[in-house]
Amino acid sequence: MNKAASLAEEQSDGGSVLRLSGSLAIASLHDLPDRLDAVQGPVGTIDLSDVDHMDTIGAWTVHRTAKRLGSQISGAHPDAQRLIDTVGALDDPVSIHPDSVPALRRVVGQIGEAVSTAGSTMLGLLGFFGATLVAAWSLIRHPSRFRVNAVVQRFEVVGVSALGIIGLMSFLIGIVIAQQGSVQLRQFGMEMLTINLVGRLTFRELGVLMTAIMVAGRSGSAFAAQLGTMKLTEEIDAMRTIGVSPMEALVLPRTLAVIIMMPLLGFYASILSVLGGAFLCAIALDIPPITFFQRLREVVPITDLWVGLIKAPVFGLIIAISGCFQGMQVKGNAEEVGLRTTAAVVQAIFLVIVIDAFFAVFFTWVGWN
Amino acid sequence: MTEDEQRQAEEQRLAQAVEESDIAISVRGIRNAFGDQVIHDGLDLDVRKGEILGVVGGSGTGKSVLMRAIIGLQTPNEGEIHVFGESMVGRLDDDALAIRKRWGVLFQGGALFSTLTVAENIEVPIREYYPNIGAQLRDEIAAYKIRMTGLPAEAGPKYPSELSGGMKKRAGLARALALDPDLLFLDEPTAGLDPIGAAAFDEQTRKLQETLGLTVFLITHDLDTLYSICDRVAVLADKKVIAVGTIDELLALDHPWIQEYFNGPRGRAATAAVSREKNKAAQTPPDGRQ
Repeated sequence: MNKAASLAEEQSDGGSVLRLSGSLAIASLHDLPDRLDAVQGPVGTIDLSDVDHMDTIGAWTVHRTAKRLGSQISGAHPDAQRLIDTVGALDDPVSIHPDSVPALRRVVGQIGEAVSTAGSTMLGLLGFFGATLVAAWSLIRHPSRFRVNAVVQRFEVVGVSALGIIGLMSFLIGIVIAQQGSVQLRQFGMEMLTINLVGRLTFRELGVLMTAIMVAGRSGSAFAAQLGTMKLTEEIDAMRTIGVSPMEALVLPRTLAVIIMMPLLGFYASILSVLGGAFLCAIALDIPPITFFQRLREVVPITDLWVGLIKAPVFGLIIAISGCFQGMQVKGNAEEVGLRTTAAVVQAIFLVIVIDAFFAVFFTWVGWN
Repeated sequence: MTEDEQRQAEEQRLAQAVEESDIAISVRGIRNAFGDQVIHDGLDLDVRKGEILGVVGGSGTGKSVLMRAIIGLQTPNEGEIHVFGESMVGRLDDDALAIRKRWGVLFQGGALFSTLTVAENIEVPIREYYPNIGAQLRDEIAAYKIRMTGLPAEAGPKYPSELSGGMKKRAGLARALALDPDLLFLDEPTAGLDPIGAAAFDEQTRKLQETLGLTVFLITHDLDTLYSICDRVAVLADKKVIAVGTIDELLALDHPWIQEYFNGPRGRAATAAVSREKNKAAQTPPDGRQ
């Protein structure tokens, strides 16, 4: 059955004859299709009497060759003839490849699509923010509908479970800042300024910014995936039917949890960063912790702490809204959940950094520098 | 007889059955368990060459698990599986690979590769196993497979997300048939299709099975499918195959689940539909005009 297919060309009185033999199945065709393609016509007959096995791919190969060379098929076993007839009947034009679009037009088209998607996403996000505010307002008027348990449960998921990873990350970042800073400052003989660097940078910027990035990656993505999956399985539709508002039951508890957790996590992260800095200073720069913290109190104004703590809930709001918004946009298939989750994280981090830049300008303007 | 002798006798009997070579798949003493939950225990099943075997059973009786065990996606805890006389459990060598090339699988959701077009999906197995087939011929093969499974001519360049449920199944079937398999596994092929689409799919399966001489292992809940195209039906219950046979043979058995299944309201409706069809066929004159 697995004898390789082979081909012989003969001349007879009725014109030339292509004699095929062996097994015309995909596994034993080898280079037969290419060799058949190389045959120049005209060929009167394709003789299949030595073919002992055939599948549809072999039948198709015979059919296309016979069609190209205008030959008769003879000597086929009834089963083989049936296969050839079957595939022959299927020989209609079928489109296989997508219509090709010129590269320039494709690039322009993609850019246009990206711009319009970005625009409509921002608009949608704004609309979603509005809807969240409306839901929050109706909850303030009807406080009995407030879901305390849902919020507290989110506290744990968003806040408490994140303590480990955020703490470790912040501690290491404190070490890195202190180490890199001290190398540069040593050139001026001002290693003591490392303390200013670590203290001010972490309280004002890095503590809360890195926390926001971590929370966006942990919780923003989780929100998008959870809500997206619930959307797919029609849980959200079921909720609406029962009369429960998904905004109140799902979006608000999550948003509130992140808004409340972000300042706490940001503060915790800043403290851990400072500890990291203190650790490196003690080990590498011979600045004892006592000196470190004494100097820290002198050089870091309390406004730096406020700057960080004011930004944190805003970042939290952005992360929660992006996550929930993208999750609620899921429709169609499971693939979309993945795309939306990615979009939620990218969007949240991007917006956090944009807003952070505005805050930096604002706080300078009010004189908190 | 001691236990050893018994096992030897059993093995001999099995070897004979395989040599008789009208058995495509032979499953012996399969045990599948997830943790404490035992799905199959001592399950035996034979699938004959050239038949459409329907596999039925209540939800959670492990129909899909059985299929996954046969195609090697799940290693059973115990037991033997032979496909075309070759032992398959835990085998990864070339002989087992050669057997793997001889089957095609249609998963429940179609399982099309979402980043590839329908035509590219069909070409994947050909590309993977037979790089000697040129691009032109490969496209032509994809084209006639598309027509063969009843997909519309413009389906080739479409992506799976642009297809309806029925077209996804057909595209999945076209991919399963890409290498002209001898053995076809279908996991609930008509689930989620409308009755017309389901009947058309059944018809297509029957036609392909006849033309290509396929052996079909078909998991289904669809009574109409069982009645209209299955040669034999295997019933899974109590962690085993409790009965295999034609529907008439099964109906003669006195098992509560089988009676419930075929004689419940839906079963009776399907039976009635089949007998109506038969009567109509008997009344139709041989030249086909009514």
